[in-house]
Amino acid sequence: MSSEALSCQCCCDEESDQQKYQRIAEIIEKYKNREGSLIQVLHLSQSIYGYLPLELQIFIADHMDKPLSEVSGVITFYSFFSTQPRGKHTIRVCMGTACYVRGGKKLIDRLEGILGVSVGSTTEDKKFTFEIARCIGACGLAPAMMIDDVVFKQVNPDKLESILAKY
Amino acid sequence: MINLTINGKSVSVPEGVTILEAAKQNNIYIPNLCYLEGVHKFGSCRLCVVEVEGARTLQASCMVPAREGMVVRTNTEKTRKARKALYELILSDHPKDCLSCERNRSCELQEMGDILGVTEARYNGEKSKGRIDISPSITRDMSKCILCRRCITVCNQIQNVGVLNAQNRGFETVIGTAMDLPLNTVNCAYCGQCTIVCPVGALKETDAIQDVWNAINDKNKRVVVQVAPAIRVAIGEDLGYEPGNIVTGKLATALRELGFDDVFDTNFTADLTIIEEGTEFLTRVKNALTGGQATLPMITSCSPGWIKYVEHSFPEKLDHLSTCKSPHTMLGALAKSYYAEKIKIDPKDMYVVSVMPCTAKKYEVSRPEMQNNGVPNVDAVLTTRELAKMIKEAGIDFRNLDDAQFDNPLGLSSGAADIFGVTGGVMEAALRTVYELVTGRQLPFDKLHVTPIVGLQQIKEAEFTIENPLEAYKFLDGVTVKVAVTSGLSGAKVLLEQIAKGESPYHFIEVMGCPGGCISGGGQPRPTTPEIRQKRLEAIYREDEGKELRKSHENKYVTKLYEEFLKEPNGHKSHELLHTHYTKRGKFNEYIIK
Ligand code: SF4
Ligand code: SF4
Ligand code: SF4
Ligand code: FES
Ligand code: FES
Repeated sequence: MSSEALSCQCCCDEESDQQKYQRIAEIIEKYKNREGSLIQVLHLSQSIYGYLPLELQIFIADHMDKPLSEVSGVITFYSFFSTQPRGKHTIRVCMGTACYVRGGKKLIDRLEGILGVSVGSTTEDKKFTFEIARCIGACGLAPAMMIDDVVFKQVNPDKLESILAKY
Repeated sequence: MINLTINGKSVSVPEGVTILEAAKQNNIYIPNLCYLEGVHKFGSCRLCVVEVEGARTLQASCMVPAREGMVVRTNTEKTRKARKALYELILSDHPKDCLSCERNRSCELQEMGDILGVTEARYNGEKSKGRIDISPSITRDMSKCILCRRCITVCNQIQNVGVLNAQNRGFETVIGTAMDLPLNTVNCAYCGQCTIVCPVGALKETDAIQDVWNAINDKNKRVVVQVAPAIRVAIGEDLGYEPGNIVTGKLATALRELGFDDVFDTNFTADLTIIEEGTEFLTRVKNALTGGQATLPMITSCSPGWIKYVEHSFPEKLDHLSTCKSPHTMLGALAKSYYAEKIKIDPKDMYVVSVMPCTAKKYEVSRPEMQNNGVPNVDAVLTTRELAKMIKEAGIDFRNLDDAQFDNPLGLSSGAADIFGVTGGVMEAALRTVYELVTGRQLPFDKLHVTPIVGLQQIKEAEFTIENPLEAYKFLDGVTVKVAVTSGLSGAKVLLEQIAKGESPYHFIEVMGCPGGCISGGGQPRPTTPEIRQKRLEAIYREDEGKELRKSHENKYVTKLYEEFLKEPNGHKSHELLHTHYTKRGKFNEYIIK
């Protein structure tokens, strides 16, 4: 079998890793010499690659001529960067004070059961990444959670399954 | 100048200084912990807080510039209470096992408790998880880290390596490598400069003391010790002397009292290095001038932190390095061949200990390149600090020891060898010999010091034109030789980038990995301030000038070594024992992972 045939048969329109790295290299070329552009580069890289594993961090450090420890320092400082593969959707259950008091913990327990993974992880089918958040501004209608950009208020633990079913 | 009032006293200070500096210039002490004069200002500990009239909150005096008309109070009930509370907060996340901590009685955190008059530790918080990371040279115990970030400044700004940075945030913050990789898997140069500035027991050399005691206790081992040039002008600081004292004679006695069988001097092989490296240099120049192949500039190779740095950062430029092993490895190799033959001992029964101002040398001796016939040239490396500890542990009354000499045949040295311990010294030593070899005349500098390359500036250069050389060196007639000297890896990077671009104007470059050279190596006594560095430097030049022999080629034991054993510089035996090659690593170790 030729290597061409090997590389593309199952995941038809998905970009290969090589293509993704190529796009990231182009982005770095563009941003490289701008002051403070590391965060932007990391953002764009994560949106292309999905997450920022060590190999990609090395690629970025090398192309931006920055110490690897600085790159990883920035990534681990901001919670929106992830070094683990992410699911298609992100569930964030609020554990701010109001939500905590009004049953946030119960949502977490239930979701752990439904998803089969604990907080901070991604489901095996790569559908959901499960995280907690600190106050998402819906305190009056606690407990609250978000799936991607959509906020769910006064969530009833018994409704969780039907909410997730829509994704 | 600006005028302000500190504690009711009117003072004038130059513009741009901070309140802390203004106070210091006027002999007012403000407690401070994370600040490091001339090196690091970050404002993380906040112990330096003062009251400033008109400001709502207490101000961190190490960060806030002194301004005209400011009214500052450094010593009020409010500042004292705040400092104590802040200090207790640091303690709430600290192991507090001082009695068994390596920094007991030399710890800046401990000392600060005393200065602040802290008598209680009211908060008992959750302890951040500290991981212990042991590499061949450096041990990091992050449970002791107080997040002052001095190591980050030193590793990134001063050494320009950037192995350490803050990772994570908030309570989870740790100072570490990318993704918490072990130090021995990243591009750490093992220079140890971070261990010099760490105020607590978080960064230190990887301990070799017990290994050395074990060897001394082993009846079947012949234990050989050698000391580097920079030890004799620094170890006194850990044994009750003021900086700048030379304690060579007592050091030799102390080593015998510790139980070493032979007390040799790395200075001897520093002299030998000059012959080997000088010959190598002349051969390269000759080849270059007579149409042959030769890589120039040639760069010195005595500093293993520098070597590791090049292997990571400029793996394509390794040909520029002299092939000479570092002097202490040469001595180890000769002890286990030349000397072992003389005293009829199997090299396997010999244990060589090097006392070095350097943490990188601990790693260096574990390199496969530093072995002959499967036997390592050197078995263990102690830092200056570790040897001082052993002397204390053995109960030796160092101050009252008699002076003694090093043992021969590996103990005699010239003043040229002493200055190996300071930036510019290797180059000067080489020029003293090479110039004389080529022209038959003495190097034309006052007291033999090549003044343009003496001192603590980052990059220094000198040039001179060869006139009327001896017959054998006619090819050098009228040639202007250009040399450069740098210490610290930032300067090295500048010179290497020149080489990489093909723009280096030099023929010969000396690089030492630590700023100032071995006198401020990563294994030297803490602290190493600019004043202390200057005193050690002056002491080294005093030691040089006090010697009868000033030039390496006048060392008669070196001559004898060639006659009896090596035969000729850069000859077959030399190549086998005294020269080496290097390993391409790459910034991310990409060359060696494959
Ligand atoms: S680092 Fe200092 S304060 Fe902490 S345990 Fe060691 S000696 Fe004590
Ligand atoms: S030993 Fe040198 S290179 Fe390594 S972390 Fe410390 S300062 Fe950085
Ligand atoms: S390791 Fe030492 S120097 Fe570095 S931040 Fe921690 S306490 Fe400071
Ligand atoms: S605490 Fe949950 S939304 Fe504010
Ligand atoms: S000394 Fe000023 S904040 Fe630490």
